[in-house]
Amino acid sequence: MILYLMSFFLFMVGLYGAIIKRDLIKIILGLGIMGYSVNLFLILVAYRTNALAPILKKGVEISASSMVDPLPQALVLTSIVIELGITALMAALAIRIYEKYDTLDITKIRRLKG
Amino acid sequence: MIISQFVFVPLSAAFLIAIIGRKKENIASTIAMIATAWLFAASIIAFLKLPAADGLIIRNTSGWNAPFTISLVLDNLSSFMLIVISLISLTSAFYALQYINHFTGKWNFFALFMLMVAGMNGVVLTGDFFNLYVFMEISLISAYSLVAFGTEAEELEAAFKYATMGTITSTMILFGIGILYSYTSTLNMADVGLQLQRGGFPKLVFLVYGLFIAGFGLKTALVPFHAWLPDAHPSAPAPISAMLSGVLIKTLGVYAIVRIFFNVFNAPQVVLTIFLLLGTLSIVIGGLLSVVQWDFKRLLGFSSISQIGYVILGFALGTPLGILGGLLHLFYHAIFKSLLFLDSGAVEYATGTRDLRKMGGLSKELKVTSSTSMIGTLAISGIPPFNGFFSKLIIIIACVQAGHIGLGIIAALVSIVTLAYFLKVQKHAFYGVRKSAKIQEKVPFTLKTAMIVLAVLCLVTSIFLIPSIKAVTFEPIEKCVTDRTKYIDKITEDKGFDKNYLDNELSNNTKEYSGSQK
Repeated sequence: MILYLMSFFLFMVGLYGAIIKRDLIKIILGLGIMGYSVNLFLILVAYRTNALAPILKKGVEISASSMVDPLPQALVLTSIVIELGITALMAALAIRIYEKYDTLDITKIRRLKG
Repeated sequence: MIISQFVFVPLSAAFLIAIIGRKKENIASTIAMIATAWLFAASIIAFLKLPAADGLIIRNTSGWNAPFTISLVLDNLSSFMLIVISLISLTSAFYALQYINHFTGKWNFFALFMLMVAGMNGVVLTGDFFNLYVFMEISLISAYSLVAFGTEAEELEAAFKYATMGTITSTMILFGIGILYSYTSTLNMADVGLQLQRGGFPKLVFLVYGLFIAGFGLKTALVPFHAWLPDAHPSAPAPISAMLSGVLIKTLGVYAIVRIFFNVFNAPQVVLTIFLLLGTLSIVIGGLLSVVQWDFKRLLGFSSISQIGYVILGFALGTPLGILGGLLHLFYHAIFKSLLFLDSGAVEYATGTRDLRKMGGLSKELKVTSSTSMIGTLAISGIPPFNGFFSKLIIIIACVQAGHIGLGIIAALVSIVTLAYFLKVQKHAFYGVRKSAKIQEKVPFTLKTAMIVLAVLCLVTSIFLIPSIKAVTFEPIEKCVTDRTKYIDKITEDKGFDKNYLDNELSNNTKEYSGSQK
């Protein structure tokens, strides 16, 4: 249980970074931390104490209850790839913004009325 | 009917364009046109074939049985959304053929455009929670890049803002999916619904509701989550604004909300009440903020917030009439809001400005743009016989029937506000005295054609209100939303669904794994 709470805490740390920080790079890092915490949570959901790796061999019978759940691991792989894409895109945007505004401080990037 | 073509065709078109387009730009636009036209034809055929297949076509990918694989599910609601997406993407792509000459990197535009369509088609087809998240991210990443397509300072800023907010809420959605998986041990939507029904809804599910309301609420741009929309939608090139406002917020937002909260979670009353509140807030705040805008596209962006509030209000009433009104308004808003964004693009193309204070008297030169935008104005403000009148009327009647007379009055009053701010656009842009703006270029052929087609549709789509036509088109769709058990039963009793799995779950014994696939 404590591990679940800690992954939730990590989620909150990421959310804090993404919302409170003023630097574009720190915002991107905050989003990354949020993503990691969710990946950690998914792995925790799959974890079983003293369980085997979910690999099948011919002739060896293992019951489903003694394996860790392989599905969240597949999900985490996919979500890591998606986060990579988003981080790359946002870093590219941050570089272009720096070229236009000469700053990474979001309080100074305010040409939209918004 | 191979339903995976709806994802496969735009995805392969996107990659073909990315490979070939750099050398031969004309081929890029040809591929995009062929792919969007193909999708439009296929979505119509799919809708016509559905009654014969008893309203549900399932395709399990990679040869395994559901729920161990990703299944694509086509029912009436998905089919309806596919038609909306492919209709707007066809007209927007045709419009973009000449509009995009203003930008460099035409092939990039069409590649990202097709990628966005692939993501949206995937979202409406998938029957799997995690797959929904993946397709949502595909369309969102291409939307972020398309918002920044002009690479001007404001556009980059808007795209970064959109990307930050979108990523935070997408992570929340993934968190919610993880919690659901930990309770039900399955990701198939129908199966999650079934397991929740059998095991009872735990307290934890309220956390999931909260995460999903924030997540999909931001994609829909409901009021506390709306801040990105008035920046992002106007910054994109006009055909993309039409796609974003016309279909993206409806697919990722409204469709996902309806599918998840109505079909999986059985429309919990607390969630419906929250959406009723958020929808009404969106109608009022979006409508009032539109009045003070002077940027043509920004005004349309705020108007989108207001109109999407009507759609959510209709669904949140939970009555069959309200849902019908929501569906109709979703369809009609896609048409007239796309039309108005395309009009604003044509004005920007011709005069080079979006500021209403600089325009005036454009109706003399831009005859087609002016008359189609007049039709769009009448439709969105609900003047009969245009389509917007009927959908708003149905939503207001449904409000009164459901006992929310106050909400009905608010919806009717904001409709007048809508007319006010669109008449402001007409007065300052198309009539009155010319200010500083000059006509630099003529509006090209493809722009005019796309606008005329949508303007005609504004009038023609009113025929869906005729009872005999409504009975075969919108009533099955409405049944899809209201009849939750039908959705779950049909999928779980399909031959592609592993029955042994369900029996195992019931008796809760762990079966020895024997090592064979099927």
